[in-house]
Amino acid sequence: MEDSQTVAALQDEHIDTESISINFGPHHPSTHGVFRMVVRLDGETVVDVEPKIGYLHRGIEKLAEERTYLQIIPLVDRLDYVCPMTNEQAFCLAVEKLGAIEVPERAEYIRVIMAELTRIMSHVLAVGFLWNELGATFTPMIYAYRQREYLQDLFELASGARMFHNYMRPGGVVADLPDGWVARARKQLAEFERFLDQFETLMTENEIFLARTIDVGVLPPELAINCGISGPVLRATGVAYDLRRADPYSIYERFKFEIPTRSHGDTFDRYCQYFAEMRQSLSIIHQALNRLPVGPVFNEKAKRLRLPAGEAYGHIESPKGDLGFYIVSDGKPQPYRFHIRSTCLLNLTALRQMVIGQKLQDLVIIFGSLNVTMADIDR
Amino acid sequence: MEFLDVLPLMIMQWVRTQLDMIMPVWGAEAIVAVIKIILLLAVGIAPVIAFTWAERKTLARAQDRFGPNVAGPYGLVVAFADAIKILTKEDVTPAAADSIVFRLAPGLILVPALLVLAVVPFGRGMVAADLNVGILYAVAMGSVTVLGVLSASWSSRNKYSLVSAFRSLAQLVSYEVPMAFALLAVVLASGSLSTVRIVEAQVVPFAISMPLAALIYFLSSLAEANRSPFDMLESESEIVAGLNLEYSGMRFAMFYIAEYLHIFLVAALTTTLFLGGYKGPLLPGWVWFFGKSLLVVFVVLWIRTTWPRIRLDYLLDFAWKFLVPLGMANLVLVAIAYRLASNPYLAAGLSLVGNLVILLLAGGILVLVARRSQSRRLRAVVLGEA
Repeated sequence: MEDSQTVAALQDEHIDTESISINFGPHHPSTHGVFRMVVRLDGETVVDVEPKIGYLHRGIEKLAEERTYLQIIPLVDRLDYVCPMTNEQAFCLAVEKLGAIEVPERAEYIRVIMAELTRIMSHVLAVGFLWNELGATFTPMIYAYRQREYLQDLFELASGARMFHNYMRPGGVVADLPDGWVARARKQLAEFERFLDQFETLMTENEIFLARTIDVGVLPPELAINCGISGPVLRATGVAYDLRRADPYSIYERFKFEIPTRSHGDTFDRYCQYFAEMRQSLSIIHQALNRLPVGPVFNEKAKRLRLPAGEAYGHIESPKGDLGFYIVSDGKPQPYRFHIRSTCLLNLTALRQMVIGQKLQDLVIIFGSLNVTMADIDR
Repeated sequence: MEFLDVLPLMIMQWVRTQLDMIMPVWGAEAIVAVIKIILLLAVGIAPVIAFTWAERKTLARAQDRFGPNVAGPYGLVVAFADAIKILTKEDVTPAAADSIVFRLAPGLILVPALLVLAVVPFGRGMVAADLNVGILYAVAMGSVTVLGVLSASWSSRNKYSLVSAFRSLAQLVSYEVPMAFALLAVVLASGSLSTVRIVEAQVVPFAISMPLAALIYFLSSLAEANRSPFDMLESESEIVAGLNLEYSGMRFAMFYIAEYLHIFLVAALTTTLFLGGYKGPLLPGWVWFFGKSLLVVFVVLWIRTTWPRIRLDYLLDFAWKFLVPLGMANLVLVAIAYRLASNPYLAAGLSLVGNLVILLLAGGILVLVARRSQSRRLRAVVLGEA
């Protein structure tokens, strides 16, 4: 009897292995902040992942209800701290919609320039950190960081702050560009273009890199749409959805640019998507710099800001995707209700489906290629 | 130059004669042995201090940074600052850890690495123990390290370390096979297992006569020493620090020392086996030895700053499906070449030609396979298509 059982067990060729669950985070070098995943591992293969979020919850939505609209701007800066300018832009858009505030021409151009610079800054960090998670000891990341510092110099010149700019206002921007800013931006962008070429030559065709990213963490377009994923992660699956085209805001109709897409939706495609978008952003900035009009940068009527009762939703194509602010006003200086459509939270929702069956090492780079910021997710 | 070459030996000889005058033979023998051990430890630890600095400086330079530049001129004494910092840390043993194994494991990693130094010829006649099975001894000591790594990572009772333990078994054991094939080719060509005889047998450095074996050995020893791109055991972006995650204080320092010692051993053994060891024109032998070793160390660091980490399953595939067959082919080739030709230069030439043919074949096969599986995607990369 026992013999036949043994034979059956052998024929089955199934070795019973025990899976272990690992607490991946919240303090972990590659979780981009305080993200926690309870990972079930069978050897090196990921069997299950349970993402846990909320470690960076600051209650920004509730805090905003106690503050005037101007006071909220520093708060939204701290949402996704990698791209503060676009957060401000989206928030201002919502407020301007509700208050029917006109924005001067020059301010719109400056906003576009700042938003696209932010997009470049966010994408270059995404790429750099992805390499770090691949195990290339900091070198590509520091190369990327250096470029980010240069871009931050530009922000600092304009707004006075490197990270939390507090630069845009409902009705324009707080200050005009200083003298020589445009020339300096041009110089910096030329430098950045060289950097992109250099980085792609050095890195993208690395054999280990190709082996580790191609066909890893495939995101099917249907799943991406169903999960509400947007931004480069969505476009890398082949869906050409970009709010700058789909729901044009600001003055994006005036610029010539393409919406690059990839077709496979794997980690490698997301990586290439970032590069393609950075090049498009560069082209938009060049166009905007060339056509930058003269004039005021702030609509004086918006100085005493009091919004009528009502509601408005403003959303823009932030570097991470569709970022929206929903404001309900009851006529008081503070919003009655303030809601953030967090891009990163929605982009993270497909993580579980993407990583199951992949290796532990892939989990890290798939998460990295989604390019989320925990501050935006937990809010 | 001749004088400088043998100067260390002459000093040793002089000490021995002085000792012989004042004490019996066994006493002198014992004292000379102790001096040798101390010298060896010094030679083993000094590179660790140097490499700590060198690694940081090389990495920093590759990354457009300055690196250490505060502690001492050019940050040269940064290793001592590190040492003081580490030694003043509390030595923690986790409550759930298997405390005996946990405490012993760092020693089990460090001591075999130190023991390998005994068979490394640092210069002409400058070898602590010229064993006639030197290579076998070095490989055996390398295998003991696996035991230390395994016990360190398993006894920590940390799940990241446990993953590291799985990895260590798979990786370190796999890479001993191609390494053995590369070493066998060297042994066949030189006709000896003794490190000194191998150096003497290299009229042409083996790296030139059999580049394939040198390549296989270098890659496998990178994997054995747990260096990038094979640093699976402590890949900080995935399993944080893996095997040494729970260690602190002096025990952590032992891992640290062992790591740099392993780099030095990779360099020293590659130099001895493939780069002609201490042989070279003009300069004293030991200068050549350290010069060549430093070159290899630089390559190791260079790889570390530029390459991403490979995935574990690719790592094992690479060992079993690529390095092992290549090693076998090279072994057969070397056996034939050195049997056919009695003249060492002729044999080296034959072996080199054969090696290049194998390399071309292997490269061709690899490109074909890669093209077949990734043709669609690779074309997209090259042409920049979406």
